[in-house]
Amino acid sequence: MIQKWPVRKIRPYKEKLPPIEPLITGQRVIDTFFTIAKGGTACIPGPFGSGKTVVQHQLSKWCNAEIIIFIGCGERGNEMTDVLLEFPELIDPSTGKPLMERTVLIANTSNMPVAAREASVYTGITIAEYYRDMGYNVALMADSTSRWAEAMREISSRLEEMPGEEGYPAYLGTRIASFYERSGRVKVLSSQEQEATVSVIGAVSPPGGDLSEPVTQNTLRTVQVYWSLQDKLAYARHFPAIDWLKSYSLYIDQLSDYFQEEIGKDFIHFTKTAMSILQEESELEETVRLVGIEALSKRERLTLDTARSIREDFLHQNAFDEIDTYTSMKKQHLMLDLILYFHKLAQSAIQEEYITNKQLTKLPVKNQIARVKYIPEEKLEEFEKIKKLIKEQINSLISKKLGKDD
Amino acid sequence: MIKEYSTISEVNGPLIIVNKITNVKYDELVEIELSDGERRRGQVLEISEDKAVVQMFEGTSGIDILNTKVRFLGKVIEIPVSLDMLGRIFDGSGRPIDHGPKIIAEKRLDINGNPLNPYARDYPNDFIQTGISSIDVLNTLVRGQKLPIFSGAGLPHAKVASQIARQAKVLGKEESFSVVFAAMGITFEEANFFINDFRRTGAIEKSVMYINLANDPAVERIITPRMALTAAEYLAFDQDMHILVILTDMTNYCEALREVSAARKEVPGRRGYPGYLYTDLATLYERAGRIKGKKGSITLMPILSMPEDDKTHPIPDLTGYITEGQIILARELHLKGIYPPINVLPSLSRLKDKGIGKDKTREDHANVMNQLFASYARGKESKELATILGEAALTDEDKKYVKFSDKFEEIFIQQGEDENRDIVKSLTIGWETLTMLSITELKRIKDEYIKKYLPSLKNDKNDKIVNEE
Repeated sequence: MIQKWPVRKIRPYKEKLPPIEPLITGQRVIDTFFTIAKGGTACIPGPFGSGKTVVQHQLSKWCNAEIIIFIGCGERGNEMTDVLLEFPELIDPSTGKPLMERTVLIANTSNMPVAAREASVYTGITIAEYYRDMGYNVALMADSTSRWAEAMREISSRLEEMPGEEGYPAYLGTRIASFYERSGRVKVLSSQEQEATVSVIGAVSPPGGDLSEPVTQNTLRTVQVYWSLQDKLAYARHFPAIDWLKSYSLYIDQLSDYFQEEIGKDFIHFTKTAMSILQEESELEETVRLVGIEALSKRERLTLDTARSIREDFLHQNAFDEIDTYTSMKKQHLMLDLILYFHKLAQSAIQEEYITNKQLTKLPVKNQIARVKYIPEEKLEEFEKIKKLIKEQINSLISKKLGKDD
Repeated sequence: MIKEYSTISEVNGPLIIVNKITNVKYDELVEIELSDGERRRGQVLEISEDKAVVQMFEGTSGIDILNTKVRFLGKVIEIPVSLDMLGRIFDGSGRPIDHGPKIIAEKRLDINGNPLNPYARDYPNDFIQTGISSIDVLNTLVRGQKLPIFSGAGLPHAKVASQIARQAKVLGKEESFSVVFAAMGITFEEANFFINDFRRTGAIEKSVMYINLANDPAVERIITPRMALTAAEYLAFDQDMHILVILTDMTNYCEALREVSAARKEVPGRRGYPGYLYTDLATLYERAGRIKGKKGSITLMPILSMPEDDKTHPIPDLTGYITEGQIILARELHLKGIYPPINVLPSLSRLKDKGIGKDKTREDHANVMNQLFASYARGKESKELATILGEAALTDEDKKYVKFSDKFEEIFIQQGEDENRDIVKSLTIGWETLTMLSITELKRIKDEYIKKYLPSLKNDKNDKIVNEE
């Protein structure tokens, strides 16, 4: 069905609706804490080397949209080649066909003409709308929108327009906003009642990692989800290097019904508890930095241990490990449950004077918790066993009471 | 027929403006003849109506508006290429300066090259063993990658680059690298270091050198790297050779670009550099890579000095956004006397994942790499804590990590200038440092590898590494 459509013009629909369903990506930090909705918008700003492209690639591999549009906008040629070589080999878990069959790539690498770069983003979103109009759920990745903005700047300066902030044209903000606004969940123009979505995820490459620059700021004003990448995390090879304290998702409330029905009644409660432990950790770390770890109570030290466990055993995810690369919602739920279960039992155990934090961290089951991420999706029953072990080992600590201390 | 104009209306820094022109094309090569018969070359930058702005490579001093003749040569800048280029030294404009004969052209190539279609590219995945542990294990280089060295004034980037050029090889294959070297605005001493080093090892027979020294015309630096890359493309994709291109120092290149941009009165971007600096650098860096169906490859290693060691300065910043990682040298390590002073934490190789692991290096490589990174980062953190609170305030665990990070710098990062460690040896040293931590801390390594490779578990005394003589 050949259609010609001017790329800068929005394709029409019957009605725009608010998003109600999450875009499941298999990335724990995103799905559990900073969820993006189907039909939503997200941005990933981060300095170079913080893993923007890997996150984008992971999303295009594993997210549960039916069509993926990937715009390589002014980025590296080898990254496009990587996608071209890898995607035909990978199997889409929902259809069993090669991932390439659901993917459209738009390549304008950094050494290609600038004028085409300015247009490439519009080409991508128009193709996305075209598939949306057929009733598909589409996810669009733009890597990177900063290059698109720079192309605008270059053209604008050649046209001798009056520059705005940092030489970018004055209309930068409106262009960015109207691009992201082409996303959404809509009733499509069709004789049947049909809904479809376009989700837009844009990478931003702020110069020097400075988020106060115009492209990042204008993007943050528009998008609903913010995944903040930190180079400090990346240096410690904590990937995805998404900062759990700075990032946010404005969809959480809209999606909580979905989570409670589909994942588990306690899921929202879990995420809130885990997040507050992480928050508390950052406050406690301040104290530790000032007066040393000795100043903390046993309960506070347990919080630090659990926070570390959440960071290392849950948030940290290896994109290049066969099993760890994708985690289903069910497994995410179980993993979080396990870590918090340990925390709960440890909290009551630590009230006994003779139990030290060290004894708790030295429990062999801690080691097993660290490795649950490598449990394959088919063997989720193992979680029950580990839960039992936690109970046994902590109970045996408590019952040792008057045995020898170490 | 080539017309000759004597209608220069203005000379402005490195630019001249020629009036009343017809049929002049963008990027066209220009030759001018001064009143004393001297000839210089330039390139058309801009045309509007009947005026052309020409950028002069060898400067504009001595140009006399009335008596200077301008010829537009009707072609873009081309260089003659042939296999005879190997072993030769040229100046920044491609003229031989080693007293040898002119190059007889096999082909003439446009120095601007053509952008590669990603579909025609082949993904770089051949592991290059550089013999430097901190690169091989942690920031692995692969054939066809572009990996810059971020350095600073007074750091030994030249030594590191020449060590890589000397030792780099692909495992299991006998093909070695030929080096194409482009110097932009570096000192005589530094250029001499490279030339002597290449002579000493015999590598000069297989290398091509383009030298623009600090006192050579600045604008010439804009074409020097393009010539080097064109020569590299010919050798790699026409002659099936594996080429390592070293460009030093990119900071000088960008400054030349800024000079031209300022003379054209363009709206400047950050720190006065032109807004198109990203695009311009990309047209250089993106020329590295492999092409489907061709045997050769271009691996690119630009060297740039960060002003004030500041990674957020526009030049290292934009470079980092284009290249596939970076190797960062740290003054702190250099002052401690550690060579190579590679700061492994912010250094990165984006293509490493396809070049390491079973059949490429060793199955445990990825795990060991992640563990070393995480543990070293933790060690550095503990050290920071110790400087604030004193060492006594650290927990036993933190103390272990401090010890680990010292040991790691001492035996893993540090190595001799001529020490060529193979990958198995580098990994063994990595494992050796990890024995300082308790096994439960090795969360990033799979159990099976711990059992197989951790020296204290293997109980095999022969496997302890013997110190280098």
